[in-house]
Amino acid sequence: MSAVQSPVASFSGLANLTPRRLGIVRALVFGLALVPLLVLAQRILTGGLGANPVEAILRFLGTWTLVLLLVTLGVTPLRWLTGWNWLVRLRRMLGLYAAFYATLHITAFVWLDHWFDLAAITADVAKRPYLTLGFFAYLLMIPLVLTSTNAMVRRLGGRNWQRLHRLVYLIGILGVAHYWFHKIAKNDFVPPAQYAAVLALLLGARVFHAWSARRDLARRSAGAQGRIDSPANSSAIVSRRRTS
Amino acid sequence: MIWKSPAPIAPSEITDERNFRQRRRTLQAGAAAAVAAALPARGSAQLATSLAARPGNFSTMERPTPANLVTSYCNFYEFGTDKDDPPRRAPKLLRTRPWTVRVEGEVRAPRTFDIEDLLKLAPLEERVYRLRCVEGWSAVVPWIGYPLAELIRRAEPTGNARFVEFTTLADPKQMPGLGYPVLDWPYKEALRLDEAKHPLALLTFGMYGQVLPAQDGAPLRIVVPWKYGFKSAKSIVRIRFTEKQPATAWQTANPGEYGFYSNVNPERDHPRWSQKTERRLGEDIFSRRRPTLMFNGYAEQVASLYTGMDLMKLY
Repeated sequence: MSAVQSPVASFSGLANLTPRRLGIVRALVFGLALVPLLVLAQRILTGGLGANPVEAILRFLGTWTLVLLLVTLGVTPLRWLTGWNWLVRLRRMLGLYAAFYATLHITAFVWLDHWFDLAAITADVAKRPYLTLGFFAYLLMIPLVLTSTNAMVRRLGGRNWQRLHRLVYLIGILGVAHYWFHKIAKNDFVPPAQYAAVLALLLGARVFHAWSARRDLARRSAGAQGRIDSPANSSAIVSRRRTS
Repeated sequence: MIWKSPAPIAPSEITDERNFRQRRRTLQAGAAAAVAAALPARGSAQLATSLAARPGNFSTMERPTPANLVTSYCNFYEFGTDKDDPPRRAPKLLRTRPWTVRVEGEVRAPRTFDIEDLLKLAPLEERVYRLRCVEGWSAVVPWIGYPLAELIRRAEPTGNARFVEFTTLADPKQMPGLGYPVLDWPYKEALRLDEAKHPLALLTFGMYGQVLPAQDGAPLRIVVPWKYGFKSAKSIVRIRFTEKQPATAWQTANPGEYGFYSNVNPERDHPRWSQKTERRLGEDIFSRRRPTLMFNGYAEQVASLYTGMDLMKLY
């Protein structure tokens, strides 16, 4: 291992998964994340999008952007929960897929919905909070995509890279808010509330994890010898130092 | 293969462009009618009855939106907030017979009309109107009904009556959407009396040659084509004449976004989107949005109702 700790590459303990098996899992996830796009293509070609196909495309792509964003944010908590450290090897691909669907979502907005009428688009984005939020969410995705390669991780250094990539929390919040404010005046809170609840859970898990790790450290340094730390707790402390 | 130059075409054999276009229109109209006749039977087996009507005034020459699209893309929140909730649920759940409409408030004698009597109150007309939804999409629908003025005349409003309020059925047994506090149920809409008496305002019983499908507001609704679609209340059970301006469903829910008048107005943006353009239902994904017209293209008929009013403020 090099001195620079890359959260993606430095993981040596692929708990219970051979590189070959990991390859299979990655291929599977890669294929699964493409399924929505294939479904959309099929619906476009067969006229299965209903009366308002452009709206249907925008919503479909927006929904899958949010889903993949939440799945990406779910990787680390799931790893803490299960101890399957190899899960982190799926995170970059999932994040890039979220950015991919976001790019298609924005392309559909700029092209199919507005036909590159940049004056109308900028006026809309500036004036309407839900569009402004969505625009900033996408803008923040760009540096994360550009720094997603191993080379960029090395160039930035693990710590800086990690700091930068914590932007994904803000992207998640902006993305769900974008959806929330799109729906809000219809007084139909249920669908955006579901996304908000999952996001709150995933971000809450991080707060809790950080808090419990700090508490354990404090107990240790205070010399609480009467208590035997469970292996799960000590591994959590180690992993916390390496990934977010 | 030997290529021969085609035989010359005599000028007499070339169809005159006018005939050619007329022929195309006839074919298109025939195809649209065939689609219209074939499709309502699928979703609403309950009431796929045809409804005879003579051609009426004010019809647009634009081609009607295919019936299956209009009847599958509905805002009728009493059956759910997704566009496909009403077509999925309403035909199974909504009972349109027996049905009565209570007419009350500032009238000489309040009374209850039976739906069968209302159907016979005046001759039914078919009117092809543009429909513009506040959400930014539009359609062209051949409605069947008669002017709302016909009913208003028979209701004999008193001199105090200045507004007419329409109330939609709110029966939780038939309408699962009522379980969600999306709006302050029952759904209420209202018009100024002179708006309601305007010849364009249609008391509507059918569309596409059939009685109204449940998801489109069976058994009777109003259609006010120069206002955003939500002003055209569906499945009406009560019509009340009032002196004061009634509180309407969307205005109550969100006064910043929805006004009492809600006339189609491309200059007056919705806070969350521009109203300058609209997307016509049924057009393919590479079709552009079309410009929205003042009063949905009915300015010539209705602009005089609003003389002297600031429509940017009284939206």
